Amino acid sequence: MTAIAMPPADDAIMARRAEIAAALREMVGDDGVVAGDNELRAFETDGFTAYRFVPLVVVLPQTTEEVSKVAAYCNANGIPLVPRGAGTSLAGGAIPQEDSVVICLSRMSEIIDIDYANRAATVEAGVTNLAISEAVSDDGFFYAPDPSSQLACTIGGNIAMNSGGAHCLKYGVTTNNLLGVTLVLVDGTVVELGGKHLDAEGYDLLGLICGSEGQLGIVTQTTVRLLAKPEGARPVLFGFQKSEAAGACVADIIGTGIVPVAIEFMDKPAIEICEAFAGAGYPMDVEALLIVEVEGSEKEMDDMLSRVVDIAQRHDVHVVKECQSATEAALIWKGRKSAFGATGRIADYICMDGTVPLGQLPHVLKETARIVDEFGLRVANVFHAGDGNMHPLILYNVNDPVEAQKVEECGMELLKLCVDAGGCLTGEHGVGIEKRDLMLYQYDKRDLDQQMAVRAAFDPKWVLNPAKVFPLEARGSGSVQAA
Amino acid sequence: MNGSMRLEPKCESEACEAVRKAVENRQSLRIMGGGTRSTIGAPVVADVELSSRALTGIVDYEPAEMVMIARAGTPMSEIDAALETGRQRLIFEPLDHRALLGSQGEPTIGGVVATNASGPRRFVAGACRDALLGARFVNGEGEAIKAGGRVMKNVTGLDLVKPLCGSWGTLALLTEVTLKVVPLVEAEATLVLHGLSAGQAAEAMAAAMATSLEVSGAAHLPQTIAATVDGLDGACTLLRLEGFASSVDARCEKLKSALRSFGELSTLPPYASRAVWQSVRNVTPFADSESDPVWRISMAPSRAHEMIAALNEGDALFDWQGGLVWLRLAGDAQVEKVRRLVAQHGGGHATLIRADDDLRASVPVFHPQAAPIAALSERIARAFDPNNIFNPGLMG
Ligand SMILES: Cc1cc2nc3c(=O)[nH]c(=O)nc-3n(C[C@H](O)[C@H](O)[C@H](O)COP(=O)(O)OP(=O)(O)OC[C@H]3O[C@@H](n4cnc5c(N)ncnc54)[C@H](O)[C@@H]3O)c2cc1C
Repeated sequence: MTAIAMPPADDAIMARRAEIAAALREMVGDDGVVAGDNELRAFETDGFTAYRFVPLVVVLPQTTEEVSKVAAYCNANGIPLVPRGAGTSLAGGAIPQEDSVVICLSRMSEIIDIDYANRAATVEAGVTNLAISEAVSDDGFFYAPDPSSQLACTIGGNIAMNSGGAHCLKYGVTTNNLLGVTLVLVDGTVVELGGKHLDAEGYDLLGLICGSEGQLGIVTQTTVRLLAKPEGARPVLFGFQKSEAAGACVADIIGTGIVPVAIEFMDKPAIEICEAFAGAGYPMDVEALLIVEVEGSEKEMDDMLSRVVDIAQRHDVHVVKECQSATEAALIWKGRKSAFGATGRIADYICMDGTVPLGQLPHVLKETARIVDEFGLRVANVFHAGDGNMHPLILYNVNDPVEAQKVEECGMELLKLCVDAGGCLTGEHGVGIEKRDLMLYQYDKRDLDQQMAVRAAFDPKWVLNPAKVFPLEARGSGSVQAA
Repeated sequence: MNGSMRLEPKCESEACEAVRKAVENRQSLRIMGGGTRSTIGAPVVADVELSSRALTGIVDYEPAEMVMIARAGTPMSEIDAALETGRQRLIFEPLDHRALLGSQGEPTIGGVVATNASGPRRFVAGACRDALLGARFVNGEGEAIKAGGRVMKNVTGLDLVKPLCGSWGTLALLTEVTLKVVPLVEAEATLVLHGLSAGQAAEAMAAAMATSLEVSGAAHLPQTIAATVDGLDGACTLLRLEGFASSVDARCEKLKSALRSFGELSTLPPYASRAVWQSVRNVTPFADSESDPVWRISMAPSRAHEMIAALNEGDALFDWQGGLVWLRLAGDAQVEKVRRLVAQHGGGHATLIRADDDLRASVPVFHPQAAPIAALSERIARAFDPNNIFNPGLMG
């Protein structure tokens, strides 16, 4: 598949591979540089596996100082530098270009400080999302954003993508839980933004860094918010005969002032896939399923769930399944959290990530079905309904070039649908290369020029992850230079 | 400012035109909303005042979608009234600076966004910047730009909404903002711990935040400050609970037992609870002494009281679990000393929120930044406003 283009590799850089590897070895030691053809293959793609490019060299620093040296070197020599965490990006955010150095933060995985009085944890960028919660769990705390990839993905990657998760409806996404970062700028300068205090003394640079997809700097360390764990959490399952009814139910729950921690949606294909994999006990005779989870004391949960059940009944809910035990609750979530993995076992898929206004959910679901059908493909919908963040998984066969082409086109149509409905291209997975060429569908050229001008304030020579986010043809005019 | 000329564009294209003219004529612009916060920051000398006052009106408000879109000059009173009909509110409790600064006029939603004005709930529910889903603005070249959108989750491109929020009109003229709004709560109550020192209060507040009881306000008012608030007496540490009535009652009981070891406790009923939080939010205890300088200091909650103890003068009101300090000094603002002590106690930032013109012209009002961050911020500012025409010098 060659639909998404990378900028042409610079032959002059390609020719300097041995010299570049040697220079990097000087900075981080022999064991911190990967330059063998076979070993490099491990870094050729990320969670967006349809595209693969073997990078020039991979460097695995262990300290902020090493990161600083590598950045300064690449900047001075004009070598594209692609930051990488665990490589789970679904948008191709961590996919290298052939003339790039990949800087992978996975060896910087130390938890530096846990401070309950200030409800903050300071960790290195390569620490996994789940490791933070695990480190504080016994003391009754957790780190709230919980991407389904949390076992593998790094906090640095989460910051770069402003990642979300099922429980973000109540607790917000990464940007709402981020207190500070140590950031290496492209010229090697190290800056500290934020800390254990709130808000910035000047412009909100922390907010700008979060979700910047590795284009503004390299995060080496971060301070994140810890929260006290809720007394209890309990999901309820609702089965509906019509997707529209489920969509309307979601809007109603949110509108009443109940703040569930999560409202997750699955359509029939998704239910079947997840049930076959996890044996979660999902009802099979419904078109759509909602998992609504509430938190609090037993009594509070009873109270909230009875309100939620009342609302569902007004929307002709067909099946109501309240959990009797923690095991049952865990099973319900196991089904949902394994949705991607379970889907991957039956077919290849791409996962779209547009967000739409809540009132548009029924319309967008209907249109999604129609569009996918027109392409002769199949779709499973499983997503964060409480905040309108769609995740249609379009199934296809990666080895069939015709289907592979079709699925990409179909995905693009679904994203346009989200934008047309008043939403956006990506709610939590990022633009990467996957949605790069659709940016002009959501934004005017002027809007992108403004973003690129800000990007250039950080990285004037476009050294950091330069192939991503901004359409190649949109560069080079206005106030910014082409990559 | 000279104040000779004032422009009041009535729509976005007129605003673009006004900015383009200013660029052409090499004029600088003082951006004004309601003017209720115009004495914060270094005094601005500009050729023309550019007012958002005619850019008014709620463009779209859909309670079911929990989104409000309003033009920047819309008065807060109009926003609040509309939200009340939808039984909703802004979760970040925007503070109104009028009492503290002795200013006149009507605050606007654009002013709230431009100053990231956020109240007591900020430390658990986020600031204005967290509720701001999107914005339209005119940059320093007179171009109309949109950032963000209207949906709850959006990571499409760089998040320009964040730096605009809290940029005090130095990056762009905001013309329209899109905010997340939330349903009103059914009930609230405030638990009061009596007679604690600031250090004990910090411990008590940290203990409260370590429970799962979802405290939505945590402030400490030493005796001299509490004395100025109706219904409070002696040093008071305030812990607010909000939600469904039955849940508030139950959590209140649990919070009491969790904090019993800190001494005497009482509970404020809803109307009194609302009133004291209004005082904390708008810093009204410092309202009646307009000539005394007031600092707004953000630090790690466990360190702020130590810094105040080391300073050993003035009156301090602690919000955000102790991490936000409103500090009133008598006479001398002690600019260097305050900032040195902040740095010595774990860092943070101190803004001179109330001071006379002379002082504001002679010292940095906003906390000075490390050189590379200042240089980076300057480059970002020029990316929005290449000719430095918007509120030049306001942020130092
Ligand atoms: C099965 C599966 C489920 C997923 N579920 C979710 C989900 O529920 N919610 C969600 O939001 N996402 C989800 N994702 C997407 C992905 O896990 C997130 O985007 C994650 O944050 C990426 O982290 P990473 O460490 O793998 O980063 P990578 O994939 O290595 O990199 C992602 C981006 O971040 C940049 N980057 C990485 N580290 C740094 C750093 N230290 N400094 C600067 N830039 C950096 C990279 O250049 C790249 O642009 C899922 C992915 C998979 C495969």
